[in-house]
Amino acid sequence: MVESIDYADVGLIAGLEVHQQLLTERKMFCHCPARRYTRDHDGEVLRHMRPTLSELGEYDGTALMEFKTRKNIIYLLHEENVCTYEMDDTPPFLVNQEAVDVAIEQCLMLGCDIVDEVHIARKQYLDGSIPTGFQRTAIVGVNGRLPFRGRELSILQVSVEEDSCREVSDKGHLIVWRTDRLGMPLIETVTGPDLRTPDEVAEAILLIGRVCRSTGHVRVGIGASRQDVNVSVRGGRRVEIKGVPKAGWAPGLVHGEAVRQVNLLRLREELIRRGFSAPADIGCESADVTRLFASSEQSFLRREGWERFVAEEKRRAGFELGNGPFTVRAVRLKGLTGTLGWPTQPDLTFAHELAGRVRVIAGLDQRPILLHGEKWPDYHGSLQELRRVRAHLHCNPEDAIAVVWGPGEDTLTAAAEIRLRYVDALDGVPNETRQPFPDGSTDFERILPGPDRMYPDTDSPPSRVTRERVERLRAALAPRPWEREARYTAAGVPRQTAYFLIRRGAARLVDMVVDGCGAPLRRAAELFGERLKGLRREGVAVDAIPDERWCEFFREAARSAVIWQAWDVVVRAMAERPGVPVAALLAEKRLGCAPDGWEEIPVAALAAARARAHRHDTGLLARLAMGIAMGDLRGRVPAERVAGAIRTEMAGR
Amino acid sequence: MSTAADALKGYKGRARAALEAWGVRVWSDVQVENDAGSRFEGVILPRSETLDDLHVVLKLKNGYNVGLHVDRIARVSEVGYKEAVYKIPEKEFPRRPDLPSVTLLGTGGTIASRLDYRTGAVIPAFTPGELYGAVPELADICNLTTKKLFGVFSENMAKEQYVALARAIGEEIEGGADGIVIGHGTDTMGHTAAILSFMVQDSPVPIVLVGSQRSSDRPSSDAALNLIHSVRSAAYGEIAEVQICMFGPTSDRYGLLHRGTRCRKMHSSYRSTFRTVGDIPLAMVSRDSFTYLHRDFRRRDNSRRVKIDAVYDDRTTILYYYPGMSPDLVDALVEKGYRGIVIAGTGLGHVNKPLYPALKRAIEAGVHVVMTVQTLWGYAQMYVYDTGRDLLELGIVPLENMLPETALMKLSWVLAHTDDHGEVMRMMRTPVSHEITEREPHNGYLIMQGGLPEIEEFILSHWK
Repeated sequence: MVESIDYADVGLIAGLEVHQQLLTERKMFCHCPARRYTRDHDGEVLRHMRPTLSELGEYDGTALMEFKTRKNIIYLLHEENVCTYEMDDTPPFLVNQEAVDVAIEQCLMLGCDIVDEVHIARKQYLDGSIPTGFQRTAIVGVNGRLPFRGRELSILQVSVEEDSCREVSDKGHLIVWRTDRLGMPLIETVTGPDLRTPDEVAEAILLIGRVCRSTGHVRVGIGASRQDVNVSVRGGRRVEIKGVPKAGWAPGLVHGEAVRQVNLLRLREELIRRGFSAPADIGCESADVTRLFASSEQSFLRREGWERFVAEEKRRAGFELGNGPFTVRAVRLKGLTGTLGWPTQPDLTFAHELAGRVRVIAGLDQRPILLHGEKWPDYHGSLQELRRVRAHLHCNPEDAIAVVWGPGEDTLTAAAEIRLRYVDALDGVPNETRQPFPDGSTDFERILPGPDRMYPDTDSPPSRVTRERVERLRAALAPRPWEREARYTAAGVPRQTAYFLIRRGAARLVDMVVDGCGAPLRRAAELFGERLKGLRREGVAVDAIPDERWCEFFREAARSAVIWQAWDVVVRAMAERPGVPVAALLAEKRLGCAPDGWEEIPVAALAAARARAHRHDTGLLARLAMGIAMGDLRGRVPAERVAGAIRTEMAGR
Repeated sequence: MSTAADALKGYKGRARAALEAWGVRVWSDVQVENDAGSRFEGVILPRSETLDDLHVVLKLKNGYNVGLHVDRIARVSEVGYKEAVYKIPEKEFPRRPDLPSVTLLGTGGTIASRLDYRTGAVIPAFTPGELYGAVPELADICNLTTKKLFGVFSENMAKEQYVALARAIGEEIEGGADGIVIGHGTDTMGHTAAILSFMVQDSPVPIVLVGSQRSSDRPSSDAALNLIHSVRSAAYGEIAEVQICMFGPTSDRYGLLHRGTRCRKMHSSYRSTFRTVGDIPLAMVSRDSFTYLHRDFRRRDNSRRVKIDAVYDDRTTILYYYPGMSPDLVDALVEKGYRGIVIAGTGLGHVNKPLYPALKRAIEAGVHVVMTVQTLWGYAQMYVYDTGRDLLELGIVPLENMLPETALMKLSWVLAHTDDHGEVMRMMRTPVSHEITEREPHNGYLIMQGGLPEIEEFILSHWK
């Protein structure tokens, strides 16, 4: 229906929650090393999550949903990176103050006001991603702003929190998590809902990334920063696209979500037009139609097909597998014909919304998860089977039909959930967390939790942040990225190089050699931002070279510019033996000053060139001689002097 | 405390004065602006008494709490008042005539609770209706009656509570309960299980103590499963003894039923903290099965009459021996009127020589001194070394493989019956409920050591 839209017209609003791991030695609430990831494990724990009663005596919506899914949760443990804290068998130790310091630094970088007393809260997650069932988190800064496209991007709050587990697999009723990442400190930066187009979202992600990385105290690499993108359109609701790994994914995802919300709002209008207004108006009846598919050509609708799937996937009763015998269940959706094929995201329909809920909540995950009458697969006898199902449920022409299959109890949950998704459709856009895919589509992950899931962590005392501490951290703060950008570009550094230096942390080195060793800014930026890339790719340990060596390098280069000709030889030597002063390396390699009697070398080079080349092509002859001579003189004698010597010699003949 | 004081709960000094000056109180819904122009909207929370007087705690609309320094607060305006309501939702506990009846006696530990999201306060759920709201599975197991006996932390359980608890158990059994569950803090659950093993004898029905290691306000809590296991054990279990029902492994797998006299809390925070010492556990219990491990236990028998012998003398102590212990300690105990001393000795039941004269004086003064081992596993065998023989000579009586805490509980119970040394020692050495066993099975001592290849292999193939 709608695929291309005017974002201002539909009232697109987006904001970000950027998660960035901090560079600390240890985890946040225990003494395990941070970021020591493992691929195997040496122990497992099996757990379940149970919703707790909230303030009004009701279970939080998300909590209840996750309890309905009845997930068995397995945690994989490795002695190297987890202790009994991560297993939730030991209470937290006092919060890692190094993490709080880095978080404060980040807040200052983002222009935030630092809170006076940090209170640890628990944020409930029942998906099992954290074995306690909650994440420990605390607000450190509020009220920040960043310059953005000639206006300001507001930072509502920055919190420091523990990272969650990494998902290993999620099959049926069993989800497996690896615990190595759990407990690593990270900060969550929440922007205001200030972004108006998909491109702005991508740009803001990159900007916040540069700001965070400017401190030099955050982690880089895969998974070290992840963002949740919040999107809504006018009349819609906030939907969180969770864990967007790259800024480049954002435009497609935001566009897709805007389209989805516009289409869901149109579906709402359509439902109202058909006379649906209250939840009770959504009439769904379901029936066991296993028998009708007993000889279906669609193998997944037959018991043997299901049993083969269970065997192939090694699904165990009581773990992956739900309860009850294999059942095909058809759901009659009264008066809802045409809604299953209703467009939602680009290339997807409302049936995809239902399938997402069925997969997550009922644990029915055998593709295609859900069949429906509006796009029934084409196979021999298919129309007849569909007709029989419709007849079995006494469908009228205006009724729609959906079919799910799997363990009996799960199909009942699925039928109930399909109805609930239609109830939500009456409201337009449900508050959801959605999982992103590289093609720009998203799928249901869970109901978006509300503030009801937050409560104080009774295990951790609040910690005071004195103004003295804030000022001490402020004094040592690296320059803001936009300040650096302005300075670098004014000196002629290409903008992309400037961004690279800031993003990858080398801007610190550039500033250090410029301020401390009199290095020319453009030269330094070129070295750190461009030239080193090649060596790094070759595997030369350029990042292990100590600051001191870089200072020496630039001081030597200032004294004798000739060493730039052999910069790669010098840097390789510095990387190989980082303990040796640059002066010693230069002396050893006889670099930086002209050797005695060097004038003989161009003469000999010219003779050698003449022996090889046609003597009438003087240009070629000179280049050849130059190449031979520089083999010995690179980094020792400036090239123009060698060239001069060759010219003189040629003229002399 | 005056109403005005309540309105500023936990605030003192400067913060209190500031709140008064702004005319706001705890639970005021406020808008605050600080000297950096940051705005905070939320509810003022009570403050812990142990914290400083410089900060006001606010629960923000997004659920987070922050502390604001009073000196930095520029403006405060009250826009409303939202007092937290401490109430557990109550649903009527469904009763079915075909189900057994179980009485849950509360001592103060919270088995189920509701969390007040605003303050983080944990409000215990206790009535059947409240428990049903929190753990609806209970209604499929039994008809539940609850009685709150007292509200104390487990470390505050003592003579008065032990006596009252034993009597209450007697009354419930006489009243026809098919099983008793006792909600108890885990710290001293072992002590209570031991004393009840002596005070409540010949029970026709199971008596099951239960608690939790992760409070029930957490999604990962062991409380609900422990409660389900214990209620099932009381309603349907075959073991009519005092037992502890807590997690077997730390995974959500099954509970273990431990004999009340042979069980100990062995880890300060693990879920699987309770271990049977010097024997194997009685049984495994899950949501749908019992696996009896021990052959020797007293079976459920409704024709048996329970005997309540709820007496206790608390002039007793455990002396945990360490090298170089001063004899003064023993003299001081005698001087202060202690009547019984349980020594937790080293090795097979030893203390050093300088202690002998003091112990001799104590025994001569009529103090009853018994020996247990601080190794927990194994027997006090005082005939092996000279030291042991010397101590026997002094009149110190070894208690075989009785656990030190069990010995303390038993001595307290025995001394409330008699002061005759011979009778005290006869009673101490005559087991009532397997507190002394004649045989230690070879699988009764299993402390596996991580790192060993075979153990690592075992761990990897089982949920911990």
